[in-house]
Amino acid sequence: MLYLELFLQGLLQGSIYALVAVGLTLVYGLLRILHVAHAGLYTLGGYFGVLVYNSSGSLMLSGIVATFGVGILGVIIYRLCYEAILDQPPFVPLIASIGLFIAMEELYRILFGSYGVSYTNPPLQQMLPLGGLYLREGEWVTILVSIILIGGLAWLSSRTRLGLAWRATVTDPQMAESFGIDPIRVRYFNFFIGSALAGTAGMIVGILNNLVEPTMGSVPSYKALAIIVLGGLGSVRGTLVAALALGVVESYGTIYLGNVLNRDAIAFVFLILVLMVRPQGMFRGV
Amino acid sequence: MGYEISLLTFMGISIIGSLSLNLITGFCGQVSLGHVAFVGIGAYTASILTKADTPFFVALLAGMLLAGTFGVMVGLASLRVRHDFLAITTMGVNFVFLGVVREQEWLGGELGISSIPDPGFGKLGFLALVLGCVILVALLSFQIRRSWMGYVFEAVSGDEDTARMLGLDASHYKLIAFALGTALAGLSGGLYAHHVRFIFPDSFAFVESITLLAMVVIGGNGSILGVILASALLSVLPQWFQFIGDYKLLLYGSLLFVVMRFSPGGLAGLAQNLFLKSKKYFALKENQ
Repeated sequence: MLYLELFLQGLLQGSIYALVAVGLTLVYGLLRILHVAHAGLYTLGGYFGVLVYNSSGSLMLSGIVATFGVGILGVIIYRLCYEAILDQPPFVPLIASIGLFIAMEELYRILFGSYGVSYTNPPLQQMLPLGGLYLREGEWVTILVSIILIGGLAWLSSRTRLGLAWRATVTDPQMAESFGIDPIRVRYFNFFIGSALAGTAGMIVGILNNLVEPTMGSVPSYKALAIIVLGGLGSVRGTLVAALALGVVESYGTIYLGNVLNRDAIAFVFLILVLMVRPQGMFRGV
Repeated sequence: MGYEISLLTFMGISIIGSLSLNLITGFCGQVSLGHVAFVGIGAYTASILTKADTPFFVALLAGMLLAGTFGVMVGLASLRVRHDFLAITTMGVNFVFLGVVREQEWLGGELGISSIPDPGFGKLGFLALVLGCVILVALLSFQIRRSWMGYVFEAVSGDEDTARMLGLDASHYKLIAFALGTALAGLSGGLYAHHVRFIFPDSFAFVESITLLAMVVIGGNGSILGVILASALLSVLPQWFQFIGDYKLLLYGSLLFVVMRFSPGGLAGLAQNLFLKSKKYFALKENQ
């Protein structure tokens, strides 16, 4: 039973990683930017969720604010920060992004305090046994939301005109443009979707831990980079598999390797091992 | 006076660290996001050895050697992965280093290593030693840039495939860049450990790697004087920012962002732009 529980916990953690990393991989696939500040948006989602819920008491409303508010902010960040340095060598946007991320974390600390904010009356905390598995309501919701959002994303990109335009731009921006697709709009859309997913993930984690801290994003930010590299940089399917696999590996790893390596290092050992065998990530070209 | 000496020593150590990264990232074009791991390896090795009564310089050398050895291993990785993949791999190296050090009892775990023995040169003597090292490392950098090796580095950094096609052994030179750069990082680590005489895992956290990379990039990737200037500034900046205390990191992060956003060539790029502009201006004036 321990194995199964560990596996399930791993998948749960993995689905949160997936929500964060998919946005990152979308941005990378389109613009070749390693968008570290993405995790700053994830933290912001957590703050939006907790602040709106504490003042209005409506989970629905706070979910909407966390998702759409963060999505719009993501577009603004792209517009103000990245658009001008897209043609620079890749480390320029990377360092700009890291600087932005540090500044964002500090801003949250100054605005909302360094001890974090908790839900005054935490939602979704009851145990809910389903099919012999004991998980909290929040954890079931996490699984459900991840499936819905990522399923929705898959539908959007494969079944709608917008998704078609998007995939065309990722494959060949110039060709797509000559077919009348507006690349600027595609980029906005891309940042909106990616950031909205991160905002949702942030709110979910805020509920699960019942705490939103300024530094909440620092571990996911770099781990999500590891995940998108494992997934083959830019491949959404690869990222999903890598996120879930990492969640599971970590969850077993903490039990069996806990006294040699800490949890956060496991992700990177896994990453380095995989990259040495397959330098293009697990899924490039599959 | 003691404070200024300590600050200058710290500045010197930062300059050695960033110049060592400049060899790898600036000259050879291999972006490393985990350079402080090698500083850490040097620091831990040197301080464990001096605590076991090894002479200071032997310990320092051993630290350099071990850091360089691990550096070659990461260099081997750089032969396998490139560009963004390499950046992420080296970032991983930093996290793995931290993860391992945090859990090892004999490395002091979270608490680190304290009461590292004083090398016994006095504060001024140690400052002189550090500045001597800075001058040596800077001279070495200038020498490398003018040598055949420097040209190969530049070729590899510009376009590795073309460099290979011209018959240059890019792998060989990349390994040399990693070996040299990480060994010098080990040197700065050993000096750092004996300057503050107390090290713990957080001294070598990922954000320190970013700081080193920021020094290189803000200085203007590859420009030796720019990098020295930027590291001198960035290492004392947090001290100057003390008066705004709480907003220190906010300002630091914003600075990184603003420099990259508005002057991606760093200080060297900025200076060059100004120089070109003024030249154009004077040329215009002469024509009139």
